[in-house]
Formats: sequence, C-alpha cells, structure tokens
Amino acid sequence: MTGGEAGSSSLRLGEQTTLKASAGRIWGMILRYWYVIRSSWPRTAELIYWPLVQMLMWGFLQSYLASATSFASKAAGLFIGAVLLWDILVRSQLGFAVAFLEDIWSRNLGHLMMSPLRPAELVAALMAVSFIKLMVAMVPVAFLAYFLFGFNVLSLGLAFAAFFANLVLTSWALGLVSTGVVLRWGLGAESFAWLIVFVFLPLCCVYYPVATLPAWLQPVSLALPPTYVFEGLRAIVLEGKFVAAFMLKAFGLNIIYFALGFAAFAYFLQSARKHGTLVQMGE
Amino acid sequence: MQKPISAACDKRPPPVQVVRLRKVYRDIVAVDGIDFTLAAGAVTALLGGNGAGKTTTIAMLMGLVIPTAGEARVFGADMARERHRVLHRMNFESPYVDVPMRLTVRQNLEVYGRLYGVRDLKAVVAATADDLRLTEFLDRPYGKLSAGQKTRVSLAKALLNEPELLLLDEPTASLDPDTADWVRAKLEHYCRRRRATVVLASHNMAEVERLADRVIMLEKGRVIADATPADLITRFGRSTLEEVFLAIARRRADEEKLP
Repeated sequence: MTGGEAGSSSLRLGEQTTLKASAGRIWGMILRYWYVIRSSWPRTAELIYWPLVQMLMWGFLQSYLASATSFASKAAGLFIGAVLLWDILVRSQLGFAVAFLEDIWSRNLGHLMMSPLRPAELVAALMAVSFIKLMVAMVPVAFLAYFLFGFNVLSLGLAFAAFFANLVLTSWALGLVSTGVVLRWGLGAESFAWLIVFVFLPLCCVYYPVATLPAWLQPVSLALPPTYVFEGLRAIVLEGKFVAAFMLKAFGLNIIYFALGFAAFAYFLQSARKHGTLVQMGE
Repeated sequence: MQKPISAACDKRPPPVQVVRLRKVYRDIVAVDGIDFTLAAGAVTALLGGNGAGKTTTIAMLMGLVIPTAGEARVFGADMARERHRVLHRMNFESPYVDVPMRLTVRQNLEVYGRLYGVRDLKAVVAATADDLRLTEFLDRPYGKLSAGQKTRVSLAKALLNEPELLLLDEPTASLDPDTADWVRAKLEHYCRRRRATVVLASHNMAEVERLADRVIMLEKGRVIADATPADLITRFGRSTLEEVFLAIARRRADEEKLP
C-alpha cells in the first residue's frame, strides 16, 4: 500500500478506510440534510402539508360514505389507512430524491463527488434522511387521523411494522433509480424524480383490490411490492386477518428491487462520469 | 547500504501523472492526448482560452470525468478506477461550485470536515476560520455572504484537510483586486508551509506569474507550451505572461484564417 492510502500524511486526518470513518462520513451527510430541514420552517411545514390534506380529504369522504353505505361502514379505516400507507411510500421516496436534488440546486455536487464520500455512503445518508423526513411528516398526521377520525394506525400492530418496512424499502429503490437518472441527465430529468412514484398509484391498487384491474394488468400489479401491502391492509380491515404470505412476497420483491435500484444508481453514476454530467451540474 | 532519504522519497509516485490523456464528448475532442508529470510542491498553471481543455483535465484529475483514453494518476492512483484511495489527500476550490447556501459557514465546514475525516474538528474549524478571517461570519448562512466572503469559505473548505494536492479553478475570479491579492497571499503561504502541489487553472496572468513555477498552455486539448513563466516570456520576446498568452492566441487565430 502506498503512503496515505488508508491513513494520511496529514496529522489532521484520521483513518479513512475503517467502518468508523465510513460512519463519520454518513453522519456528516445526515447533518448536512438535517441542517437544511432545520433552517426553514416553511420546508418543514411543506413536509406535513400534503399528507395532512390527503388524510383530511379521505377521512371526511370515508365519514360520509360510512353514513351512506353499509360496505363503507363495515370498512371503517380502509381509505384513511390506505392514504396513510400511500403517503409513507410517496414521502419516503420524495424525501430521498429531494435531499439529493438539494445538492444539485445548491451547486454542491462537484464538491461532494470529489470528497472521500463513497456512493454507498451517500445512499445510506439519503436513506436515513428520507426516514427522518418521513417521521417529521407522518407522525403528526397519524396523530391527527386518530383524534379527528378515530383511526389508530398502531392498532394494526405488527402488520403495520411489516407494511411500513416494505413501503420504505420500495421508496428507497425508487429513490435510487430517480436520483441515478438525475445524475446522468441533470436537472432536465428532475421531474422524473418527482413523478416516478405516482405511476404506482393506479398499479398498486391503493384504494381497490387487484381483481378490479383488467386481467392483462394484474400480473404487472402483482410484480410490485406495495400491491401486497395494500391487499394486506384490506385483508385486515375487511376480514380481520393478517396474511403473512403477502408480506413475505413483498419483502422478496423489495430485495430484488432495491438491488436493481442500487445497480441502476451505480450505472448512472458511472455513465455521468463518462459523459461529464457531474462537472456540468456543478457549474 | 542505507539509501538517502531523498532517494527513498523519489520512489513514491508523483502527485500528478498524466499519460496520453484524451477525452472525447461525442464528436468534440476536449483533451487530445496530453502528457505531464508534476513534482511534489510545484505550483503548475493550466492556461488556455475557453474550451482549451483546462476544466476537463482538472475534472479527470479529480475522477469526476472518466478519460476516453490514457490515464490521470494522483499519488499513483488511477483516478478513473481507484480515486477513493487518495481523495482525502486532495481538495478543490472553484467559484463555480458552491457549498450549500442555507447552511451556515460553521455547518458547512463541519460537514466537509466530517467527510474528510478531520480530527479535532471544532478546533480545526475555529483555527481555519480565524486564519481566513471568517470568525465573524461563522454563524451566517453561506448564501448571504458577499463574493469575497464566499471565496474565503470555499478556500477554508479546500484547506480543511490540509491537502497535499490542491486543484484550483480560477480561484480569484470575480473578486476585487484587494481580496484577490489577499487570497493569492494565503495560497502562497499555504503552499510554502505544507509543500503542497497545486494545479491552477486561471485566466489571470498576473496571478499565474505570481503563483506558478510552471505553465502548461493548452489549446484545443493539446499542450502547446510547457515551461516556467520566465522562460515563456523570454522565448516569446514579451515582457509579461499576458502578452505571451495574447500573442499565442492571435497567432492561432491568424493561422485559422489562412486558406
């Protein structure tokens, strides 16, 4: 090993290749994104705004339907549960992608990419930040859902933990693909990062069973992990049973999707280095 | 027999070694097979007009751009494949790349200090801020600083890890003469103290004359001159590097006009 590969000839620097060093870089990036969240209360309010509006709209709609139809009265919590779970997927993916976009908007990407920060560390920090943003957005909304409509998301018990973990994994896979696309094609592809998750809204059958889809579309829906989460929610609310097989299928698919997402991110990063996009984005 | 220390040092790879380096974007040749090696402690200026290939060369030295052919090696590491071996030993400053606007100066330095694995970070940030006259701005957002103050923050970020290789892309662009002079003095002092190797891309010839030991002049991605500033001035029979630069640029323009 040549001098300074692992350590440094500067007394100022610690070891560079240990797990502790890697954790230090990840923590540095988490702090970087946390400082942005903390610096602006309108941004924090924005995190809560859309989940709150959605929850109120579906909550009131469900209240109306419950008084008008026997199905909806039986299925109390179906829509509001679905919207809360859907927002976990959306907010977590946007939290991931927008954190990354912050570095492009602030013309900081060049500095980051030539720092010792490794791609996997950047991804780990983005995952952590998307989780923090998700908590900031969803915890107050979940409380309000309970106080306004009597829907306690925690009453789903362990099923909620399984739903949550699966949705967050899917959101990270989508976040990896969308940030990879922005890395490769620059801010011209920014809208992709904002919109990609919404393709899942009709396909994952958030508010209706998979059987509602035409037969040719059902295999597509069943290839998406969130479909099993929403089917699982309906099984709990309508039939009172937790279908573990749904969660296992979702988890298995998520492992594949996350691996593919990371491979896509790495491929697009390499492609951006070949095409010089990283330099153009920094200027 | 024990070898003398200087001979042992010579065995270490040079800070920068560029071998037949070439970069082609579709049908545009940005860098066209250049070679150079930089010795430890040397300040080398990359000169050339817009589109000469300076920024692309620096980007390949940082590993941000992968060469089409050839190699850009830093401390022996091929920057296309193994840049993470050496990135902690180098740093970069450019007015065209910012640090996050919403973060305060202190927060920015803290974040970058962690990315570079700086020990005793609080003390280092305080000392660096003091050295670069940033102490009173430490808790102000970077986006609210003047151009001169931003340059000082960028410089503080670039020096935080005490880099052995410093890449500077027009470090004093858009600064008033007084601030620019102050920045040059700081860079001179740092290079002397740390014996750092510097690659400097600049359009400011006075700056190059003052800082650089060596000038590599690029045109259309090729090296057209490689000498000390004094040698270039003598060779072209001019009195300043600016006159040399203009003479070369105009001569090329005239050649292009010829049928």
